[in-house]
Amino acid sequence: MTASLRRPDLRATADLRPDPKPRTLSGAHILWEVLLAEGVEVVFGYPGGAIMPAYDAMASYPIHHVLVRHEQGASHMADGYARASGEVGVAIATSGPGATNLVTGLATAMLDSIPMVCITGQVPSHLLGTDAFQETDITGVTLPITKHNFLVTSADEIAETLRAAFYIARSGRPGPVVVDITKDAQQAECLYTPSEAPVCLPGYRPEPPPLERELEAALALIEQAERPVVLAGHGIVKASASAMLLEFVAKTDIPVACTLLGLGGFPASHPSALGMMGMHGEAWVNHAIQEADLLIALGMRFDDRVTGNPKTFATHAKKIHVELDPAEIGKNVPVDVALVGDVREVLNTLVPRLTARKRTAWSARVEAIRTDSLGGDIVHGQTEDQNHGLHPATVIHDLYRLTGGDAIIVTDVGQHQMWEAQYYPHDKPRTLLTSGGLGTMGFALPAAIGARFAHPDKEIWVIAGDGGFQMTAPELSTCLQEGIKLHIAIINNGFLGMVRQWQEMFYDKRYVATPMIAPDFVKLAEAHGLQGARVTDRAGVEPAVRAAQAFSGTTVIDFRVTEEACVYPMVASGRALDDMIRRPRPAAETTKTSEGDKK
Amino acid sequence: MTQPQTVEVESKRTFVVHVEDKPGVLNRVASLFRRREYNIDSLNVGRTHEVGVSRMTIVCCATPSTARRIEANLYKLVNVLRVDDITEQAQVSKNLALLKVGAGADTRPQVLQILEAVGARAVDIGPASLVAEITGTHEEIDRLREVLVPFGILEMVQTGLVAMTRAAEKPQLHTALRTATAFDAA
Repeated sequence: MTASLRRPDLRATADLRPDPKPRTLSGAHILWEVLLAEGVEVVFGYPGGAIMPAYDAMASYPIHHVLVRHEQGASHMADGYARASGEVGVAIATSGPGATNLVTGLATAMLDSIPMVCITGQVPSHLLGTDAFQETDITGVTLPITKHNFLVTSADEIAETLRAAFYIARSGRPGPVVVDITKDAQQAECLYTPSEAPVCLPGYRPEPPPLERELEAALALIEQAERPVVLAGHGIVKASASAMLLEFVAKTDIPVACTLLGLGGFPASHPSALGMMGMHGEAWVNHAIQEADLLIALGMRFDDRVTGNPKTFATHAKKIHVELDPAEIGKNVPVDVALVGDVREVLNTLVPRLTARKRTAWSARVEAIRTDSLGGDIVHGQTEDQNHGLHPATVIHDLYRLTGGDAIIVTDVGQHQMWEAQYYPHDKPRTLLTSGGLGTMGFALPAAIGARFAHPDKEIWVIAGDGGFQMTAPELSTCLQEGIKLHIAIINNGFLGMVRQWQEMFYDKRYVATPMIAPDFVKLAEAHGLQGARVTDRAGVEPAVRAAQAFSGTTVIDFRVTEEACVYPMVASGRALDDMIRRPRPAAETTKTSEGDKK
Repeated sequence: MTQPQTVEVESKRTFVVHVEDKPGVLNRVASLFRRREYNIDSLNVGRTHEVGVSRMTIVCCATPSTARRIEANLYKLVNVLRVDDITEQAQVSKNLALLKVGAGADTRPQVLQILEAVGARAVDIGPASLVAEITGTHEEIDRLREVLVPFGILEMVQTGLVAMTRAAEKPQLHTALRTATAFDAA
């Protein structure tokens, strides 16, 4: 077992100042020169024929390469690195299948606006379009799932193109960029002149326009509102706007609901924090939104998982939409005032111009609906003593307790992801990494490996289901090869749980293709040279977690949980946000509030 | 400021889009319309007097708020330099159509007479057919087509609309994003 994290100590030893002199280099060397100049410390990749010149040149540069087991892993690692650090993540792959294996990771990053640069090798330029061995038109394939992409066919275009790729990936609303470089462009030599000049992209203007008139309208709506709610999205995290949001709330006394990707952007322990909204948001959050007379949406995009049926969404509320991307304005929900801009800057402008006030009646109302729904809460309520085995939500809340709420949690997709959002409160941004928009199963393990390279010393937990974990489980070998320490909690219920839940609720419990046999995860961990443990009851949770924390390497814990637990509350597709299937109370009645029944 | 709940009506919108003259740009624009489910009536693209700049005229059916999002989404494409929704502006807009009509010596005078009457002309005359050229609105072209049907239309092709505003100023290709102002005017 490799004990210590073997990584960017390279940076400490080598002289990293890029050589500023113009000189003749191969395209492959230029590639690494630019990456170095962009501040890249680590890349995630997999070699192959068309990218071999770049790999060969890599050895001369102090950039750490993580060899993945599948290129999808490389794309999620770059994504996880970017989510955890705020920097651009870099993945590298060969042409054809290497490049197409990146596609899921690109789509994941695109929907969650993650800054990422993926470099792919391409067949030599004279073979382009001939269906050559391992040729795929990857710029064509990735066109709709990248912020932008480039095909580079000569060495002298590599530097400017890569610089543009990094600029596009990290500026404005971030996103993934693919740079496809033909093999002959990597091999050819040309004069390389290092440059720190701004990239020239005449059609690309990420900076938003000024806002004076809309600001006045927004201020007036906020001042007049009696029942306002802030909807805090991923934009808060990306714009590092948490501190400004706290100031905004301190002044306005407005409760804050978070989207899944907004969790951590506003401290969950703050008295004004409501929690997550949407399909699996807590009932009081959704009710507060439906009762609101003003919604202040900050860096979120009114996703269908957040709004329920948009026609019945917060019909009494005026809406202020603060969003960097003008194309999001009015896309899903019509709004009254749009503030197109960086969330932090907009808040920065708004806060000094607002009058401080308390909203006592509204706070009391929100508190009342919160108290009303807490009875169904899993952790405070019914589940642990019901002899129903280990409840998955309880495991996740125990992880919260045992990590002091201070770990970076990387989830996969499904029921455990929603329980994490409900039962692992996050106080800090970038501590929950999850595939929100695309809902990519298999995301967690590779994304956590990426996050590890952004935070060598933080406690990192993977929380995954038994289904999703199996999709990218070979990356366990990557953990061993890199000598990194992760804690992996598999919430194993023997089902594809979320699909099973839908089958239970909407398909008369016909469990088609959802019961799933998994390998023995303890042996699987051991077979990968890692530590494994199994937990089957509540008493076993803490010792297993403590043992994992104490261990020097990666531990996989197989939590055998209740098979047929459901995530509550739930807003069924197409229903109003306050029309929720509620968590069964001890008396086992399904309750809806009176407001819910009226709709 | 928009009134959220009012029902918006779809109508034909004309966009003038200046783009960088680079490979794949047409594909990016077409892909955007396809994946966002915006319906293109016609799209015309060609080079302009400025080196490296191509110009598209795109006609599509959209509500005013969809039109604003089309504009905003076009601006998100890195190769798009400028977008103008010129629907409401005074403009010159033209379609060009070529129609190959069956016309031997017996019917040729009749066809030529029709073409002359509507301001079209024959640009090629063969023993058994002629090629007519007409420039005009979609409706004008359609009317000519109907009149020529009895003679037998062998082939027909149209350019799609090309449009230009009548205003005297030169479109600035490198000015700041104007999407937000387009929003608050809506």
